[in-house]
Amino acid sequence: MSERLEAGLNVLRAEMDKKVMSFFSSCVRCGICAESCLFYTETNDPRYTPIYKTEPMRKLWKNEYSFWGKLKSTLGISEPMTEADLSDWEELVYDGCSMCGRCSMVCPVGVDISMVIFKVKHALAVAGFSPEGLVGATKRAVEIGSPMGITMKAVLATIKHAEENTGLKIPLDVEGADYLALLSSNEIALYPEYLEALAKIFDHAGVSWTLSSAAYEATNSGLQIGNKAIAGQLVQRVVDGAEKLKVKNVISPECGHAYTALRWEGPNFVGKAYSFRVVHILELLDELQAQGKLKTTGMETDRLTFHDPCSIVRRGGIQAQPRNLLGPITNNFVEMTDHGSMNWCCGGGGGVSSNERAEGLKHTAFNRKKSQIEEIKVDAVVTACSNCRMVMEEGLEHNEIDIPLLGLTELIAEHLADKPH
Amino acid sequence: MIEYLIKGPLWYFSLAVFCIGVLWQLARIIFAAGKTDLSVARGSASGGAWRNVFSRFVPHPEIAPRIRLQVIAGYMFHLGLFALLFFAAPHVHFLEKHLLGFGWTPMPYWAFIVAAQFAFFGLILLWLRRMLNSVSRLISTTDDHIAAILTFVVMLTGCLALGQGFPALNLLHLFTVELLMIYFPFSSLMHAFTFIPSRAFTGAWFGRRGIDA
Repeated sequence: MSERLEAGLNVLRAEMDKKVMSFFSSCVRCGICAESCLFYTETNDPRYTPIYKTEPMRKLWKNEYSFWGKLKSTLGISEPMTEADLSDWEELVYDGCSMCGRCSMVCPVGVDISMVIFKVKHALAVAGFSPEGLVGATKRAVEIGSPMGITMKAVLATIKHAEENTGLKIPLDVEGADYLALLSSNEIALYPEYLEALAKIFDHAGVSWTLSSAAYEATNSGLQIGNKAIAGQLVQRVVDGAEKLKVKNVISPECGHAYTALRWEGPNFVGKAYSFRVVHILELLDELQAQGKLKTTGMETDRLTFHDPCSIVRRGGIQAQPRNLLGPITNNFVEMTDHGSMNWCCGGGGGVSSNERAEGLKHTAFNRKKSQIEEIKVDAVVTACSNCRMVMEEGLEHNEIDIPLLGLTELIAEHLADKPH
Repeated sequence: MIEYLIKGPLWYFSLAVFCIGVLWQLARIIFAAGKTDLSVARGSASGGAWRNVFSRFVPHPEIAPRIRLQVIAGYMFHLGLFALLFFAAPHVHFLEKHLLGFGWTPMPYWAFIVAAQFAFFGLILLWLRRMLNSVSRLISTTDDHIAAILTFVVMLTGCLALGQGFPALNLLHLFTVELLMIYFPFSSLMHAFTFIPSRAFTGAWFGRRGIDA
């Protein structure tokens, strides 16, 4: 047995817990999960059936944990797993799954398929079966501090521009601030207006906040590639930065997977509970609005809809907040046919957008979102994840559809009422 | 001799395998390693678990139109089989005489026929889909087919034995039931029990994150 196979199988063994055992004991291969997955519905390729993507884990369970597997092993007639059992699944798991979790919502026996796919991803990453694009991004995240290779110099330049555009001071490394704001690579490189929006909103609401030169990056390539050790290393940077500045709260940016990495998986990755609270920017804005600290004025008259980022709503539980925020500033808001926790993914989550090899498949999968948007004939789409925004902008452009994408935080900032005195 | 074997030792053996096997498999799941989630919960894990155990009986409206066949055929089969298993007159009498010591009012003959038709039609539809649909064909295992065939044979011999005129058919039905009971704990038929912890684990995960599942 090769070293990489052994390494991959050891990860699968370590990930075999009571949940996985109950899942594989319950699955009756009904195939209902296929109908929830945009990679299957848009390609009709049965290999993209979600439960099929967990096959390496199921095969290990069958061989080593089931009665028949143990019996065969005792009799010396079992079929041992080979490298192909891992390598053949690389494309399915990395290119053909955005970890959106829609399959986990529909399984009649309750299998959290998305969770098991992540465990398979973990094994593939450790065994060295991961796409080049993600490997490169992960390497940059570890070595430089950001998957897009963004250094503190670039952050400082973004801060300078934001200060010039807003006339406000962006606090950096302020010890004892209430909130430490993090940014995603996309928000630094592609959507710097996010930082300007934060500055305006926090100034308006009187929020004590800061950025950190030690912990500015929220994107977690370790989570995207499925390597828990690297994911933990990246979360630890944020923990160290937050503890150094003694902040009470850390704000996850609009980036969906960053929220999952920080809020939900982070403490498990680093092996201890945080000394601070992690709050998503939409949760914080909703809280400020409820406390009367966030006052808006004016209405968007365009016909708008909201794209729910999977990691925020379906895997993160933030569903009411964006609607609470959009309510006071829109008078022609319309929901997509499937929205909230059953919304369709943009097709670029789970690291698919960082995986050049998956480009064609990503565009095919985007057809589902395209149909959803076209069906309701909107003037613009609002979302709250820089990755979803980038993927949808690319998708719409690819299909020559001229519908703008708006970030929710920026939209709120545009509607701020005069600062209360 | 065969009658003695089927009604005596084999019956007790299959009953023991079934009971011990099911309990053993459930214990393996419940006592297997689990990890404590260190993140701060937003909602109730136990509330989510209970909710999910029951809410998954009804498909999400967003996906229901795409899975009509599986849902309708699935309900026909499971409800029909449940009615036959616990309310067919011969089963009620058998359970009273050999296992429980008490009985209940069995369903009338016409209801038995309706339940049997539901169960047969549902099982055949699901089985045909398993063999004809490209997704089901790809993911199905040998175990799925053995489980379906065994269940079908048990139901068929049960109907054949209904006339009570041929004791051999009764014996054949009991024999196939015993085979099914021996196979049950080591097959996908275990989903009849393990779907509860499976739904509960996932529901707890959704519940603590405050997800509208």
